[in-house]
Amino acid sequence: MALVGRALLILGLGVSVYGIGASLYGALQGGQRWVDSGRRAVYALAGVMTLAFVILEAAFLRSDFSFNVVAGHSSTTTPTFYKATAAWSSQEGSLLLWVWLLSLWSSLILFLTRRKVREITPYATAVLLGFATFFGSLTAFFANPFATTANPPSEGAGLNPLLRHASMMFHPPMLYSGYTLLAIPFAFAIGALITRRLNSEWIQVTRRFALAAWLFLGIGILLGARWSYTELGWGGYWAWDPVENAALMPWLCCTAFIHSIMIQEKRGMLKVWNASLILASGTLAVLGTFLVRSGILDSIHAFGASTLGVPFVILLGVMVTGSVALIIWRRADLRSDSQLDSLLSREAVFLFQNLVLVGMTFVIFWVTFFPLISEALTGTKVSVGPPAFRPFIVPLALVLVLLSGVGPLIAWRRVTAANLRRSFAFPVAAGLVALVVLLLVGGVSKRPFALAMFCLGTFVIASVGQELWRGVRARRAMTRDPVPRAFLQLIRRNRRRYGGYIVHAGLAVLLIGVAASSSFQHSHDVVLRPGQQAVVDGYRITYVRPIARATAEKISFGAVLDVAKGGRHVQTLTTTRGFYPAQDPTLGVVGRFFNGEEESQVGLRAGLTKDIWTVISPDLTPIQPLINQGDQVFLKAMSAAAALPPAQARAQITNLFAARDAAIGALADRWVRHPWAAEFLLIVSPLVTWIWLGAIVIAIGGLIALWPVPVLARRRATSAYAARLARELA
Amino acid sequence: MDFVIVLVILAAVVYVVSAPLRRTGEAAPSPGAEIADLEAAREAKYREIRDAELDHRTGKLSDDDFEAIDRSLRAEAIEILQALDGAKAERAG
Repeated sequence: MALVGRALLILGLGVSVYGIGASLYGALQGGQRWVDSGRRAVYALAGVMTLAFVILEAAFLRSDFSFNVVAGHSSTTTPTFYKATAAWSSQEGSLLLWVWLLSLWSSLILFLTRRKVREITPYATAVLLGFATFFGSLTAFFANPFATTANPPSEGAGLNPLLRHASMMFHPPMLYSGYTLLAIPFAFAIGALITRRLNSEWIQVTRRFALAAWLFLGIGILLGARWSYTELGWGGYWAWDPVENAALMPWLCCTAFIHSIMIQEKRGMLKVWNASLILASGTLAVLGTFLVRSGILDSIHAFGASTLGVPFVILLGVMVTGSVALIIWRRADLRSDSQLDSLLSREAVFLFQNLVLVGMTFVIFWVTFFPLISEALTGTKVSVGPPAFRPFIVPLALVLVLLSGVGPLIAWRRVTAANLRRSFAFPVAAGLVALVVLLLVGGVSKRPFALAMFCLGTFVIASVGQELWRGVRARRAMTRDPVPRAFLQLIRRNRRRYGGYIVHAGLAVLLIGVAASSSFQHSHDVVLRPGQQAVVDGYRITYVRPIARATAEKISFGAVLDVAKGGRHVQTLTTTRGFYPAQDPTLGVVGRFFNGEEESQVGLRAGLTKDIWTVISPDLTPIQPLINQGDQVFLKAMSAAAALPPAQARAQITNLFAARDAAIGALADRWVRHPWAAEFLLIVSPLVTWIWLGAIVIAIGGLIALWPVPVLARRRATSAYAARLARELA
Repeated sequence: MDFVIVLVILAAVVYVVSAPLRRTGEAAPSPGAEIADLEAAREAKYREIRDAELDHRTGKLSDDDFEAIDRSLRAEAIEILQALDGAKAERAG
């Protein structure tokens, strides 16, 4: 079936190239049939890529190690869930995932618009198939997931232990869904610019795809943060790692876009801005994929340097140059239809918010790429970390939160001073109360930025709460519904507005969690023997006993810790460090266990107010002489076995494998019976859970905003207004 | 066997992609660019009217401000409806 898979990649490439030609020919010669054929090429591509992906998945699930990618990223002992998701842990599989998702979303938008925006869709189809051609070429010729070996190994290398985490398995599909969904409004923007159809129609047909891209990208980013916190063993959730930033930049740009398109829809303003934002978002999405593939910037996430760098640079160059050229070419058609009525209006708030979001994107882009630029100019690569970002991002984040609370309180077009007082009174009071209360709490005033975030977050939550309450009250005044029904109907009938408000509230909760956990964290690195204790933020943490486990797959050393406060038991935590054997036999039969991949299982007590987090780093020095001795013994035994006749050699080697397992078990046993001191990282961090809760609220709000209004309701609303306007006319 | 599977898939792809080219008769007419633009503008204007009403009901707009904005929005909506009627009549003609 590998041959079928490879053939499908080539077929997909051929269909993509045909589709580009058919769409452009149809557009230029006015032939709707050719345009329709180009659209069907996208459907066919989706079908072909689905089959290809199914073949790859089947190979992983049946552990077919004749496929190189399966041998390199899975094993017979890999749990079925991780086998199924290992397909995208490799470069080859992830690029196939990219094309597959792109083909699915492209098929969906083209089906939905088959009778709309007919001037734009041929060009949009060509752009989407252009992306498919690029990524399809990479999979067909540079990173073939269906490459096979004539001598398949009996066992695969297994999945990278760091990736054996549910969050990390969903993280790539979420991110790639975000990236590929961004290609949709990008392509339609290109089509709109080429055809000069720059009113809001192209925005209306692609708005939901931009919102879906924002939602999936955000979920992907937060899954990555969750993985970092619970798996990587450094105690944090965001390191301003280049690959983290690569996903954040298009998300920030897309956030700006989904806000400012509302202004274009309502007022015909910000056309240049919107076109630039979505073209930048799409380009940043491809840039994000490039950063992961090329290894151009040092990162713990990157796959390592590959041969894909040059093609990506060419594609990015084409996207940037083409986007700029198109906007300059069509600048006359991008003039606004109206002007800002007042600086005290929701339009103005959106505009300021967009400036903040673009500013954040620029800062992140500059600081992320600064090492590369420095290396290119001076030959010296510098490294930058979180301290380089904070002086800029923190103030901008505070302004962003402020604006996310102000926006819901202000009407479109203009607002009077009296209405401002009425709208702002409660949320401002809530923020001030938070300020007073927090100033009375010891230590908070020493962190002014965190204090500001707490107060502004309170302001936002209060403003959203007020808006929901006022909306329910207004609805009840009309319908006399009970409060729960009025609440549901209010949201149902105004999904965009209230979905957005809920997102703002979720963002406030999340950023309060970020501010608290990063500003008031207590962290200690300690070395403990069993029975010894350490104190962190008033919690007494006792190393109770060591634990260990040894299998042919890994050996892990760990510890059971008791957490107490004020003499009362709080929690028992377990943390382990797992060592997976390397494939290189020259590292020694025993030694290869300690020279391969490692992963941490953190001990975590998550609470609404505080997280208690710990990870162990066992020192292997005390057992290194035993490891070396074991390697020597096994080396001699293996050499002796090799000199035996084949049947005896096989039997002897089987015995040696059993002896190896016994030796590894003995090392584990030594850790338990004669434990030595181990290093622990102990962290007590407030409000980390608020980050994940805020993320859930954001996702709910995003889904509400994304959910389509039933067609019948839309038609009823339209005809109701038409009748009303007809009465006015009469 | 693999070769047969690939051939079948290829045939299916060619069939699907070439279907519009084998079609007899004209495709369903599209509403026209101007009409599509006006319909999109109409939907956006209705949404603006509803937003203004909601802003008024939730106290973000005073009665005077709401009346002024609502009047302006409805006038804009009427212009769009008139333009839409004209475009449809012209297309039908």
